[in-house]
Amino acid sequence: MKIIVAIKQVPERDAQVRIDAAGNWIEETDLQWALNESDAYALEEALQLKEKNGGEVVVVSAGPERVGSTIREALAKGADRAIHIDCDDLNQRDALSVAKLLAEAVKPESPDLVLTGLQSDDLGYGQTGVILAALLELPHASLILHVEKTTTGLHVKRELEEGWFQNIELPTPAVLTIQSGGSKLRYATLMGIKRAKTKEVRRINPAELGVPASAMVALERIAQPQKQKSTQILPGSAKEAAAALVEKLKFEVRVL
Amino acid sequence: MSGVWIVLEQREGRVGRISWEALAAGQRLAAQFNLAANAVLIGSQTESLAAEVAGKANGKVVRVEHPLLTTYTADGFSLALEQFFRAEAPEYVVFPHTYQVRDYAPALAARLGQVLIGDVTGIGEGPVFIRQLLQGRLNGSYRHTGGGPCFISVQSGAFRAEVIETGGAEVSVFTPAIEAVQIRTKPGEPFRDSAQTVDLGSAAMIVSVGRGIKEAENLPLIQDLATALGAEMAASRPICDNGWLPMERQVGSSGQTVSPKLYIAVGISGAIQHLVGMKGSQCVVAINKDPDAPIFEVADYGIVGDLFEVVPALTEAIKAAKQ
Ligand SMILES: Cc1cc2nc3c(=O)[nH]c(=O)nc-3n(C[C@H](O)[C@H](O)[C@H](O)COP(=O)(O)OP(=O)(O)OC[C@H]3O[C@@H](n4cnc5c(N)ncnc54)[C@H](O)[C@@H]3O)c2cc1C
Ligand SMILES: Nc1ncnc2c1ncn2[C@@H]1O[C@H](COP(=O)(O)O)[C@@H](O)[C@H]1O
Repeated sequence: MKIIVAIKQVPERDAQVRIDAAGNWIEETDLQWALNESDAYALEEALQLKEKNGGEVVVVSAGPERVGSTIREALAKGADRAIHIDCDDLNQRDALSVAKLLAEAVKPESPDLVLTGLQSDDLGYGQTGVILAALLELPHASLILHVEKTTTGLHVKRELEEGWFQNIELPTPAVLTIQSGGSKLRYATLMGIKRAKTKEVRRINPAELGVPASAMVALERIAQPQKQKSTQILPGSAKEAAAALVEKLKFEVRVL
Repeated sequence: MSGVWIVLEQREGRVGRISWEALAAGQRLAAQFNLAANAVLIGSQTESLAAEVAGKANGKVVRVEHPLLTTYTADGFSLALEQFFRAEAPEYVVFPHTYQVRDYAPALAARLGQVLIGDVTGIGEGPVFIRQLLQGRLNGSYRHTGGGPCFISVQSGAFRAEVIETGGAEVSVFTPAIEAVQIRTKPGEPFRDSAQTVDLGSAAMIVSVGRGIKEAENLPLIQDLATALGAEMAASRPICDNGWLPMERQVGSSGQTVSPKLYIAVGISGAIQHLVGMKGSQCVVAINKDPDAPIFEVADYGIVGDLFEVVPALTEAIKAAKQ
């Protein structure tokens, strides 16, 4: 089974984000970066499928130079090789334009399965995988927690709202977007980190793929959300704030 | 051009609340640009639903009907709606942002060379569409710059479901050309994983914990607070994903919906998928070290600080108060 996993590098979860001078993106200097959470689960699912059924896991990521560290992390966890689509204009592209980049990089590989994360933690479109399926003209399923190979294709478990699930059968090749929590994530071993250094990372640029930076939808401005509710912040030391809260719980909320 | 079209989702034979919110959002958009507001129902046997919708809209109501649309599939729905919207050439198409819409609307838009502006929380002059970035920490304003229809989906709870039109829409049927072989996936029946043993829905008090707790070993800190209060313990998704607490204690769009008298969120950032599960709480207390965490948007009381200091202090203060 040849599996492609699309991975995105995003700002680390606890990173302080500041709006940049142009007002339409965040200040990227001094930011810490990490592998997008649901992509980590997509990679894990791919590695487990390979362990069970054999084959190859190829990761693909679009982004600037810095993305290299996230690619290495995926290789250290066990991916066999990588494709780095070298572009520093990700914020000028919409989800369709990014999906086109990924589609052009994926096509010549003729994979049996393409996995993406469900949603990126920064832009959060939750669309790239589904669009990728449309561009590749492949069947897809989204919000997937488990993937099993069957004799005819795939058997997957899809999350529905409010604690419900559904199983879906689909033929391969196919595209799946992976939800977090389906399996336990592995760590890279020392051996894995060492091996990653010798694995192939092929770099291509958008021009070679024939995908210009175009957008049907433009992110014009970003801003701090306006507070809608007046929250009473209880000041002071931990002890003082705790005492103040107990007063509120007793006399205003009346639960004590 | 044929105005604004709102795609309504049916669930268990009814139009869901978020679909009425989408209808209201679409009607407001239509009023702003002096366009007709029309509604689409997709499926099979949607007569009675269409009649209900026609009572709340005065544009057209179209039933996109086909036996192959009885059960939802991404292939079936995107094929059918692609044919329909190619014929109608709308200015705007508005969806409710449900899991079903997430599953097919991006592909439908792509087939028409468009990009969905998803999970919209507000519509400004222009129009610009507001949606959240970085898990609710920032808002982005998006503008549709290409030609052709503009596709948006609206977030649950972002628009009030009060429809602004009075009704009297005419109902018609559109029959798409679909063949069984074009539907490549075989969906199974919905199921639940295990019997629920805790009923968070009826809990009077809940202490809910998020990733701020850092390690499973630190959970007793939260359990002590819950015990002191006589509250149930709940969690955000990552805690359940890690297996630190069972999934039945997860609050949010893919977990439980709760509405206790008191909800204390400890080390939870307040992503929308969490908020939809607990917004109905009577009193929300947030304990978080980040003063800009979105959870403070919905909190009545907030303590900005390190939970490892605040929670033990709070547990002690509650025990003392109860003596
Ligand atoms: C389709 C879909 C469905 C989802 N369903 C759900 C769902 O049902 N329920 C759900 O909860 N999520 C759900 N999510 C995930 C959701 O988007 C968020 O990722 C998740 O809620 C974040 O959990 P968190 O707040 O615990 O973690 P984080 O976002 O990592 O927040 C941790 C918080 O802890 C604070 N913190 C850190 N250290 C400390 C400290 N020492 N003291 C005090 N505060 C501290 C930080 O400031 C931060 O605000 C879903 C996502 C998707 C895409
Ligand atoms: N620049 C990128 N490079 C590689 N994969 C990406 C990129 N952007 C998005 N993806 C994939 O698409 C998924 C959904 O992203 P989004 O549509 O932005 O929420 C992510 O989880 C990734 O798997």
